[in-house]
Amino acid sequence: MTDSLQRTPLHALNLELGAKMVPFAGYEMPLQYPVGLMAEHLHTRSKAGLFDVSHMGQIRIAARNGDVRDAALALESLIPADYAGLAKGRQRYGFLTNDAAGILDDLMVANMGDDLFVVVNASCKEQDAALIEAALSDRCVVTRQFDLALMALQGPQAQEAIAPLCPAAAEMRFMDVIETELAGVSVTLSRSGYTGEDGYEIGCAAADAETVARALLAQPQVLPIGLGARDSLRLEAGLCLYGNDIDTTTTPIEASLAWAIQKARREGGSREGGYPGAEIVLRQVREGVSRKRVGLMAEGRAPVRAGAKLFADAEGQKEIGLVTSGAFGPTVQAPVAMGYVATDYADNDTVLFAELRGKFVPVHVRAMPFVAPGFKR
Amino acid sequence: MTTYYTKSHEWIRLDGEEAIVGITAHASEELGELVFVEAKDEGTDVAAGDAAAVVESVKAASDIYAPVAGVLSGFNTKLSDEPTLVGNDPEGEGWIFKMKVSNPNDVTSLLTAEQYKSL
Repeated sequence: MTDSLQRTPLHALNLELGAKMVPFAGYEMPLQYPVGLMAEHLHTRSKAGLFDVSHMGQIRIAARNGDVRDAALALESLIPADYAGLAKGRQRYGFLTNDAAGILDDLMVANMGDDLFVVVNASCKEQDAALIEAALSDRCVVTRQFDLALMALQGPQAQEAIAPLCPAAAEMRFMDVIETELAGVSVTLSRSGYTGEDGYEIGCAAADAETVARALLAQPQVLPIGLGARDSLRLEAGLCLYGNDIDTTTTPIEASLAWAIQKARREGGSREGGYPGAEIVLRQVREGVSRKRVGLMAEGRAPVRAGAKLFADAEGQKEIGLVTSGAFGPTVQAPVAMGYVATDYADNDTVLFAELRGKFVPVHVRAMPFVAPGFKR
Repeated sequence: MTTYYTKSHEWIRLDGEEAIVGITAHASEELGELVFVEAKDEGTDVAAGDAAAVVESVKAASDIYAPVAGVLSGFNTKLSDEPTLVGNDPEGEGWIFKMKVSNPNDVTSLLTAEQYKSL
């Protein structure tokens, strides 16, 4: 491991737990723990798993005039989501776009009452913060909190595991966010995650991270889970990985993320457009797109992975798409993937062919998620 | 029958000109639980170091190389339904493919069990 890699506040604990550490987004991160990826994935789907995701970036945005709505309106100049309409204590998904309507990053934004709480991807955080600072600094104070810890507790027994340490957690609904105490530590707690399961994301000071992690790991339902299982869990849940499934070459509409552009920001809405690339996005909503992100399931057991070309025919004559994420789904017990296909081939149950080691494997376009979500609405 | 090893973590066990090939316990541990195993078709000519099979975990596909030159002569079809057999018994029931080796003496250039262990 090179010296230039950063470590999370849970580094020592990860080593103590026997994690296999790998470089990821400039950090030394746990890929898996001794029980292994498969067992970690299945444990998260049946009980609860604790993830160290402290490499992700936490940013606070406060309006200079003290009105959180002003911060939300300012942020809407970079993101197509409706944040001015986001109630206090609620969180909403979104993405930063560029002038070509490409996606610069995807993120979560919460209205904390006094300011906005933003969580961005590790690999994009410096660039995101710089962009937000440049665009918003006249109206807002933007504070990078990259030294904080972030953990995710995910799984159908997450509430059972967290409630003894933080009774308020049990009362939260999906996408609620509160400031509270957990095991005596001040935390920013949201009921959200990246696995398709019920669960929580927990931000806290670096110095308190081990206290929180050890308290949660002491619960009978909880095992530590690495980035490997995080990836297979999010893929089964149909969730995009920035850099694989979405990036500056994909627009939100091509990425089938139009659901994250609320009515107020759409054509005829009270705050229509007003973000980079809006004209392109509005036109694509109106006129459609030539390719779309879809779910894919290959026949047989061989996983079709990122980079596999997709064809309309079994002979590999007519190329119509590309797989952007693919793995064997431990819960589905079959290969699962997502990728971009020409719109003519994007309907569910369309049969395509993926190139795999010189052969052409039938793959079926399928609705995502591949597993039923366990969110507490 | 002696078992020989490669630096890329295959083992080969020779009986006359017929050999069976698999991956070592160390390799199996590194790969984690396998979800799919497939060998190239019977009759495929392979040089030493050519990809002869592929094993896949949830996250990654890894090539398995022919330790010596020869012709592929069979696949452990039990692995089609039960790929975890490789992890449960990597150097026994979890063998992956058979091959007819071109020159049985080639194996002497591979690693012995002691040499492999000391890698």
